[in-house]
Amino acid sequence: MAVKSLEIKDKEVREKFKEIERFIGSEHKLNDNQGMLMGVLHKTQEVFGYLPAEAMDLVSDRLGIPTAHIYGMATFYNYFTLKPRAKYQVFMCKGTACYVAGGGRVLEKLQETLKIGLGEVTPDKMFGLNITRCLGCCGLSPVMQVNEDIYVRMGPEKVNAILDKYRKKETKKRKVSK
Amino acid sequence: MPHKIILVKDTGAVENKGVDFNTMLANQLRDSGAAEKASIVPVADIGVYDKGLVLRILPDNVTYSNVREADIKKIIEQTVLAGKIIEELSHDGRDKQLRIVLKNCGLVDPDSIDDYIRAGGYQGLRKALLELKSQDKVIEELKKSGLRGRGGAGFPTWMKWSTAKNQKTDQKYMICNGDEGDPGAYMDRSVLEGDPHAVVEGMIIAGYAIGASKGYLYIRAEYPLAVKRIEKALEDAREYGLLGENILESGFTYEMEIRLGAGAFVCGEETALIASVEGKRGTPKPRPPFPAVKGLWDKPSIINNVETLAAVPQILSNGGDWLAKIGTATSKGTKVFAITGKIKNSGLVEVPMGITLREIVFEVAGGLLNPEKKIKAVQTGGPSGGVIPKDFLDTPVDYENLGKLGSIMGSGGMIVIDETDCMVDLAKFYLGFCVDESCGKCAPCRIGGYQMLQLLNKISNGEGELADLDKLKRIAYAMQKASLCGLGQTAANPVLSTLKYFEDEYKAHIVNKKCPAGKCKYLLMYKIGEDKCKRCGVCVKNCPTQAISGNREKGFTIDQVKCIKCGNCTEVCKFEAVAKE
Repeated sequence: MAVKSLEIKDKEVREKFKEIERFIGSEHKLNDNQGMLMGVLHKTQEVFGYLPAEAMDLVSDRLGIPTAHIYGMATFYNYFTLKPRAKYQVFMCKGTACYVAGGGRVLEKLQETLKIGLGEVTPDKMFGLNITRCLGCCGLSPVMQVNEDIYVRMGPEKVNAILDKYRKKETKKRKVSK
Repeated sequence: MPHKIILVKDTGAVENKGVDFNTMLANQLRDSGAAEKASIVPVADIGVYDKGLVLRILPDNVTYSNVREADIKKIIEQTVLAGKIIEELSHDGRDKQLRIVLKNCGLVDPDSIDDYIRAGGYQGLRKALLELKSQDKVIEELKKSGLRGRGGAGFPTWMKWSTAKNQKTDQKYMICNGDEGDPGAYMDRSVLEGDPHAVVEGMIIAGYAIGASKGYLYIRAEYPLAVKRIEKALEDAREYGLLGENILESGFTYEMEIRLGAGAFVCGEETALIASVEGKRGTPKPRPPFPAVKGLWDKPSIINNVETLAAVPQILSNGGDWLAKIGTATSKGTKVFAITGKIKNSGLVEVPMGITLREIVFEVAGGLLNPEKKIKAVQTGGPSGGVIPKDFLDTPVDYENLGKLGSIMGSGGMIVIDETDCMVDLAKFYLGFCVDESCGKCAPCRIGGYQMLQLLNKISNGEGELADLDKLKRIAYAMQKASLCGLGQTAANPVLSTLKYFEDEYKAHIVNKKCPAGKCKYLLMYKIGEDKCKRCGVCVKNCPTQAISGNREKGFTIDQVKCIKCGNCTEVCKFEAVAKE
């Protein structure tokens, strides 16, 4: 079913849809429409933070590619996600160096503390937990990433203090906004 | 006399009581009348640690460590001016590293095309387009150099190029494979971020040699800085007339753009990478036809790894024979390794082919992290490679030798393993990665990998039987023979090579139900040693399952039924009284 951006009531979402449409308009064709798909999906994820079903319908309509194929792409590649992201996305490196240095125990501690599994988000949408396969800081392993911040030489004992830092940041923000 | 460059790493400024070596060096250079003949470049890292002030003099490639104020005059007069090496200051004689691909990394500003040109950049392209003026001659230089693909398989680069060059068609494509997925290897990232123009120049030369008019750089989306740097490099190259129409007035027209990957290890495989650029799921296709004949959008396409392409400009500017002098009979040039694990100096090293593993581990990388532990093996080639036990450490590193030992060169991951690492656990880790990353198209890889992982889990949980080892081998051979692409064909390598060299360890898990390295937690038993226990009770407080009982008079014991083997008690005990068995 084709999606018309004008039919969407939420103003913010409508703007986002328009941005994607503009991007598709500005991209040059790469052999065929399908060649553009990867770039368009990257843009969509950048705009929404994830790939919502409606956005995939929109891309399908504009590029003339079945949504089923787009869904197939979205689920094949690790980089794309169908779920909204948490405010703070925690990535524990599970590359070889971090593994040998004991990254597995940090991951266990994270799961235990946040009470969520891999690929899940805490009920308050604060933290999400994922693994990554190498951040390229093997000399400082084990490595953990929270959004843009990198934490090196991790150990299970450091987990709580780091998570608290972000919790405090949020509490402060809330106080200010009140 | 060639212009000398003195690299200075001065992390000990505080220990040197604030003495500024850079100024002192500059003053001494002036006093010795050498100010014009050498330049001083302060750098962040030379790869020598805990050795005070470190100097490296190029192009001599000699490194001096623990340099003191009194030595400066001697160094400038003897080494910089007379080219002599001062033995007593020299750090391990001449450095065993030889930097070709990483030559510019950390030394030139990656965002400045002028810097790259000053360092001799784009001379290879100039030579190809304006001196050799022939696709065949460029390929001939590559043939002379003996350069082989650095992405893993080691296929001769010139042969690939020549196949594509001979295709008669209106359109050909050149693709750079920057989808570095091997966990623990990051040389492509370092080159893309540290010396983007070398890759761009290599791509233009390759495009010219095969007759392509369009090049794609396929880069992992996880490397945003690499993408940014390459974008800037392409922009600058275009501005300087090195990219676009009529490059260097030679009549050759070539464009390039970036395509982003999206986190799929299998996309490092040529046909899967092509599918990904075409906007499809990254699943491989049966070969032949090879991409050099029928690749991207069914046109002849050449895919080369970042490291391979970064070596191309220097092969052209220095001539193929130059590279052929470095390395062994079958493997020429240098290879970058990302060395990590239980090693003192983790990081990237670039060494000539033919160097032994022992030299890399104990000389270049400074030996084991904990010198009291013994080295057990070195794992090379990432999830597609195998382990090389310590008895073979003196093997010269090249494609053939590593292959004979059941491992591969691969993209250059190198993990040092000591006696506290369990081989079953390691095999499980790598296989788990391949199972995660299998695209699911062909059954041997999809099902075989999963079944092998189940068997390994069974063994590390203490439920293994001896017959499982045969089953593992049978599935592994089936995967090697029947899988569609390199991922499936090599996914079993870590299991096969650990089985080959460390079968005893597997048997200890199966027969004795013990993990000799103390890693597999279901086979461990935590016990409190009465002689060391001070009866403080800290372990009781930290046990999440209340498995530790007793009191301060009688001492404490662990209830093995309740124990979940989390290891908290060992960690909190200050007297090392809780032992793993």
